[in-house]
Amino acid sequence: MAPSQSTPELPVPPRPGTSRRGFLGYVVGASTLVVAADLRVGTPAYAAVPSAPQIAEAYDLEDLQTDAARPTAQMITISVEKDGTATFAIPRMEVGQGITTSTAMIIAEELDLPVSKVRVSLAPARPELVFNQLTGGSNTTVSTFTPIRVAAAIAKGALLEAAAIELGSAMALLRSKDGVITAPDGSSVGYGELAAKAASAVTRKVQVVLKPSDSFEVIGRPVNRVDARDIVTGRKKFAMDLEVPDALPTMVCRPPTLNGSPKAVRNLSAVKAMPGVTDVAMVDTGVAVRAATFGHCIDAVRALEVDWLPGSVDGESDATILQELRGAQVPLVVPKVPVLAKTVEADFTFMFRSSAALEPYAAIADVRADSAEVWAGLKSPIVAQEDIAKATGLPQGKVKVNVVTGGGSFGHKLFGDHAIEAAKISKAMGKPVRLMWHRADEPRQGRVHPMATSRIRATYLAGQVLTFEQQHTSIETDFSHGLGEMLSSSAAELPAGLGNLGFAESIFQLTQELPYDFGAVTQQLTETDSRFNTGSMRNIYSPDVRCANELVVDQLARAMGKDPYRFRLEFLKDERTRAVLRRAAEVGRWGRSMPAGTAQGIAIHKEYKGATACLVEIDCRPETVNRKVRDGVTGPRVTKAIIAVDAGLVINPQGLKAQMMGGFSDGLALALTSSLHLRDGHFLEASWDNYFYTRQWNIPPEFDVVVVGSDSQQPGGAGEAAVASSVAAVACAFARATGKVPTRFPINHDSPITFDIKSFVPPVPQSPVDGLNHTY
Amino acid sequence: MTRHTFILNGTSVTVDVDDDVRLLWVLRDVVGLTGPKYGCGINVCKACTSHLNGKAFNPCSVRVKDILPTDEVTTIEGLADTVPGDLHPMQEAWLEYDVAQCGYCQPGQIMAAVAKVRQARAKGRTITEADLDEIRNVCRCGTYSRIREAIKAGADHM
Ligand code: FES
Ligand code: FES
Repeated sequence: MAPSQSTPELPVPPRPGTSRRGFLGYVVGASTLVVAADLRVGTPAYAAVPSAPQIAEAYDLEDLQTDAARPTAQMITISVEKDGTATFAIPRMEVGQGITTSTAMIIAEELDLPVSKVRVSLAPARPELVFNQLTGGSNTTVSTFTPIRVAAAIAKGALLEAAAIELGSAMALLRSKDGVITAPDGSSVGYGELAAKAASAVTRKVQVVLKPSDSFEVIGRPVNRVDARDIVTGRKKFAMDLEVPDALPTMVCRPPTLNGSPKAVRNLSAVKAMPGVTDVAMVDTGVAVRAATFGHCIDAVRALEVDWLPGSVDGESDATILQELRGAQVPLVVPKVPVLAKTVEADFTFMFRSSAALEPYAAIADVRADSAEVWAGLKSPIVAQEDIAKATGLPQGKVKVNVVTGGGSFGHKLFGDHAIEAAKISKAMGKPVRLMWHRADEPRQGRVHPMATSRIRATYLAGQVLTFEQQHTSIETDFSHGLGEMLSSSAAELPAGLGNLGFAESIFQLTQELPYDFGAVTQQLTETDSRFNTGSMRNIYSPDVRCANELVVDQLARAMGKDPYRFRLEFLKDERTRAVLRRAAEVGRWGRSMPAGTAQGIAIHKEYKGATACLVEIDCRPETVNRKVRDGVTGPRVTKAIIAVDAGLVINPQGLKAQMMGGFSDGLALALTSSLHLRDGHFLEASWDNYFYTRQWNIPPEFDVVVVGSDSQQPGGAGEAAVASSVAAVACAFARATGKVPTRFPINHDSPITFDIKSFVPPVPQSPVDGLNHTY
Repeated sequence: MTRHTFILNGTSVTVDVDDDVRLLWVLRDVVGLTGPKYGCGINVCKACTSHLNGKAFNPCSVRVKDILPTDEVTTIEGLADTVPGDLHPMQEAWLEYDVAQCGYCQPGQIMAAVAKVRQARAKGRTITEADLDEIRNVCRCGTYSRIREAIKAGADHM
């Protein structure tokens, strides 16, 4: 559809960037066509929160993040280049979730350009965006969908105007397709040729109407990742692959206990004289070495003799921290229910987990006397920029922060730990550095998902659930990456009832919703202890909270004599969640007969403006559980998994399916295998042969994702959506197969430790030399 | 420092580097080939998987001095040149199944996949589910199911 002509008198918009007739944006004064739209354009306004029991139902974290973007009145721009491509720098970070692909699709759709001609890059830190440059909470598409469409539509309008002159035809008669505009007489002109002609000498405001969704040709069709070819040929560059002159490999010798710090180096001159070593410098996190190769760095880190100051949790272990959590727990109330009502109670513990990606923390920093430049994977680059400025004593405007695509994030790269540390080291050495964390550093000193307990008391009578109370008690989650600031900036607009809560409690209320009609529902978070380096991990609270919920849902169903699937169907509040549940049950053939020691499990989750249901089949028979894999955890095997998802308006179904598969893989690990053991003030795990993330031998041979049609016109979040239902389904299946409801997660956490614990001094293992004996 | 010569992606290269430096760092930090990735440095994650004389190996765990002048090292960058056409069939399969998420593990996954298929062939059979279960490469993004599909498809064209 052609954009409407701009009118001399613009109506007063009801919301920023909106008018009764469409959306407002700009053609920016430039030599080729550049268009702009306000990032807060077109985000739906939300009604006041009714006095419903739960906040997240009417106003959730997605709304908060979307609302927080509103006051920052900031522009995103799309340029049309002379080679016929469109370019756009997205103020978000690609970490594998596919946003560069889905964003290219959104632009291609509105601009009538092939996806291959849209170039999406990652914007460097743009402090003027304030809260609007945080990649998290699966919010990217939710918050950027409309502004990007508006900009692209304006670009197409300007191209059509220019083409009308060029082809001597009325604009309304022109057709645009695949980057070419054609007149009724068959004459045509490409976008590249029009790029300069459509440019405007001055910035002007224009108004556009967006394509109706029923004429979408790109959105909703499966499209492969735009960076796939670079990936399979090894050309895709991550932070540590970038060529920055003189940025030599740099590593840090880290303390033997969590968050310790260096006091003195006993053999400084000897280490400085080691082959390849150029610099050794002490920083607050440890002793940094810069050398010709990372191999030389590892040798030097291992050779360093350092006196250490105590860490933050010296002497603590899983058991002492659990005891501390127990002490902080709020007692469950005795509900006022009829005496005949029966009670179901449960108490679950979730252990510490490492959120590290496969690409370890890495950053390049070049800090000079009067300026600094940093390259790193960062999901919250503005906060990192502020922190680097503080750490180096430079004004924020003198710190350039380049955002590099990340090798996974899962919440990890919300923090600028790596970038800040690299900047400190570069400043201390007076040279550019290419900092890489050793794998061992990640689980031992990096970000972890906090240990938590979740207790539930539910009552039922006469086929009804009367009350459902959940008290979630957790080690503090660090929100200093910007979400906290976002929350305080939006405080005035938040629903009543949140005002008095702390950040974490507010975020808990904004994300947690028990989607069942269970009478009086209470869900509360209590936090304690800020001594750990924590963060979210492919979702914040939901995987643990929902795993606990769904296990209790199964127990309620059992106590009330009902099938777990039918019980859920009966008590679910909304049709979208019921629809995904039905699909998962259908495709997964819920209720089919299974041999003893094997079982199905089913669970749902509603968040991110969408819903997922997961059905799994698990095999807990001894011959399966005890199968052997060298240096690997086997245990129960999930043999089949089905995820049904309603993610609202789907941009790229292929990308959505990929996110479901990844989310399932995380859920499986959380339920069965991956955790950290805290002992004597440090975590024991130091690599993938003892931190047991899902591996090939754990994944279900049968896996399927069903995208359920949605009438929602709004895209939902995908990146984290599948984790909670997956962990819950696996836990429920395990309970049904073994007849024992698991209470500590992951289920294998209490199995004897079978791996050799890697040394704490030196803090990193030496690389083996026998690789040639293991070729295949 | 010592001079070391070997064949890298079809061309003979000579590097001046200490004997004990593991080949991964020679490739990445000295030669500047960044396709093989670091994920552990102890032969566990398999992100660095490359080929030595056509077999999968992990350069993070091999000293440069143990590589002979006649040894042929192939990294992901050189895989396509080992076959006629634009890309190796396994790379094509990876594109067809849109396997990658962040992509960090995928160079290693592809190199492992090619070797695994060759290994099965050498035993006179096609790749099985049990073979796939043996692949140790970590994918923290959880693309495992697509990797399995792509390997089976890629094998058909190898
Ligand atoms: S880096 Fe070589 S196996 Fe992990
Ligand atoms: S695609 Fe990210 S680690 Fe495999």
